[in-house]
Amino acid sequence: MAEYAASGESPEILFWVGCAGSFDQRAQKITKAFVTILDKVGVRFAILGKEESCTGDPARRAGNEFIFQMMAQNNIMVLNNYNVQKIVTACPHCFNTLRNEYPQLGGNYEVIHHATYLQQLIDAGKIKMKEEGSFKGRKITYHDSCYLGRANNIYEAPRKVLEALDAELVEMKRCKSNGLCCGAGGAQMFKEEEKGTTRINFERGREAVETGASVIASNCPFCMTMLTDGVKEQGKEDSVKVLDIAELIAQQIE
Amino acid sequence: MHIIQELLFVIAFGLAVYLFSRKAAQIRRNILLGRDVDLNDQPALRWRNLLLLAFGQKKMFRKPLVAVLHFFVYAGFVIINLEILEIILDGILGTHRLFAPVLGLLYPILIGCFEVLAVLVIIGCAVFLIRRNIIKVERLAQHELDGWPRSDANYILITEIVLMLLFLTMNTADQAMHEAGPFWISGQIAPLFSGLPETSLATIERSCWWLHILGILAFLNYLPYSKHLHIILAFPNAYYADLRPKGKMENMPAVQKEVQLMLQPELAASEPASDVMPKFGAKDVADLTWKNLLDAYSCTECGRCTAACPANITGKKLSPRKIMMDTRDRAEEIGLQINKDGAFKEDGKSLLRDYISEEELRACTSCNACVQECPVSINPLHIILQLRRHLVMEESSAPQEWNMMFSNIENNMAPWKFSPDDRDKWATEMNS
Repeated sequence: MAEYAASGESPEILFWVGCAGSFDQRAQKITKAFVTILDKVGVRFAILGKEESCTGDPARRAGNEFIFQMMAQNNIMVLNNYNVQKIVTACPHCFNTLRNEYPQLGGNYEVIHHATYLQQLIDAGKIKMKEEGSFKGRKITYHDSCYLGRANNIYEAPRKVLEALDAELVEMKRCKSNGLCCGAGGAQMFKEEEKGTTRINFERGREAVETGASVIASNCPFCMTMLTDGVKEQGKEDSVKVLDIAELIAQQIE
Repeated sequence: MHIIQELLFVIAFGLAVYLFSRKAAQIRRNILLGRDVDLNDQPALRWRNLLLLAFGQKKMFRKPLVAVLHFFVYAGFVIINLEILEIILDGILGTHRLFAPVLGLLYPILIGCFEVLAVLVIIGCAVFLIRRNIIKVERLAQHELDGWPRSDANYILITEIVLMLLFLTMNTADQAMHEAGPFWISGQIAPLFSGLPETSLATIERSCWWLHILGILAFLNYLPYSKHLHIILAFPNAYYADLRPKGKMENMPAVQKEVQLMLQPELAASEPASDVMPKFGAKDVADLTWKNLLDAYSCTECGRCTAACPANITGKKLSPRKIMMDTRDRAEEIGLQINKDGAFKEDGKSLLRDYISEEELRACTSCNACVQECPVSINPLHIILQLRRHLVMEESSAPQEWNMMFSNIENNMAPWKFSPDDRDKWATEMNS
């Protein structure tokens, strides 16, 4: 972003990478896949790079409003300083915080989750898929993340993106507004679960594997971690892959 | 003789209305113990919610079969109230079926409709009793309902069946005496009564009439102590439902300002200093919003929230329904003390810990499934998050892993211990 600012230009979008997308090895692959798509389509985008900080989501949900406010106000200063208008992010937690919680603190941007953005690119004919797609006819199931789904009512965009793969979309029993959480939200990602009969991601992993799909599509780096472990617990890590919708599109883009 | 009956009726009716109003005012006072929030914006959308969610029971239809049965009971309750108007007027004036001559041919049709509804109510309640006590549907059989909540549910269903049977028997006796009718349902049963002497029929009719109306007046006064209060509070609760996107957490302006002054100290000079130490989060019911408390009084303990809760499904202690039941129990406890002593005095107890444990609060993934499921627009998550805020901000009580996460965010701008300098390392890897 600093480079765009220095040259006096402005990018079409700011890609908000998020902490998971920046540091988590598995999630970095999602970041790279999404950037590959942006490059192929020729979208002029920027990142904040080292100037990006955690949005504060996990701190706020754990109950630590001070740290949330510190992160949020800092980020807003940086974003407003660059006069950012449009933000795309591949993390539904960042998406929710930037979109719903920053305006009250003075951060007003058009915020789009990458599922919606990819759908827009596909609808506009900017993403062209290979003729003989390797997912054609294969069973894919889609896991609704809570922060894209119930929190923001986005259920159709990611499914439309998957349609472009010509795959057979099979739904889990609990899907869309009935979708079962992966177990990571509300800062659970950063601590051990409370005592129970099973883990939430094991329960969801089982349900996903039961669909018989060979691919579980996700839209969230935290769901990705949780579901990958859930599939492992079922002993299916070789036959069932958990992939982000950006990775699926990046594999098939022409 | 007549005048005594009318007098007795007026006394019973007046007493019932008085007792109900007194308890209703206490509940209103308890709800207003909560802190103030302004929920009067977007009236058009709020009226829409009231119509769709409360009158239309939109969310109930996520489970269609139960929704239809519930709709019978609900429609029966609302529509048969018209008949109660006649009964009350008859009681006061000493008349018999006051509306019959006024409505003419329409009257038997109207009563016929009420009778059909009464039968549907009986069927609905019977199925509900079977679901609770014989099939034992999981969400209706969980341990948090042991004791009073379970009996409460059964009392309500049985009372409704009895009231409807009294209504039908009263109509039947009236027809056997050729005093009214013919009505659609009771008209079919009337021949069974035909052998009885006129005096017995009159006794049956009067007894049913009195038991029916006294039952209704008693039921009215049972409501405020019961989960069944939802038949009234579901309506305001739908109107005041949260209109924000479910993912949006309530802001804390006091903290916002504090941090603002920290980041931009130059603003401090123009800020009037405040010596009131703000409270962070919620420890007891008075720290919650009045809407949270209205939620608690609106809850009918159906358990759709708990059945959808990922923590509860996987055997954790958290149950959103229990959060609501605990909140109401604590508000009632404080209310009783205010009734007794005139004001609330510190009783050494609080919603947090005495009712809701840290373990329950920690297990929440903030997934909003409970909020999504609730047919009457209750938001258990809002309460959970406020209690969590209290734990972390007032008591510094957090699991060790969370404390590490907090310090990582504070020091490295990320919840993990990575160097901020490596944030864009993936990009350099891509370019190489």
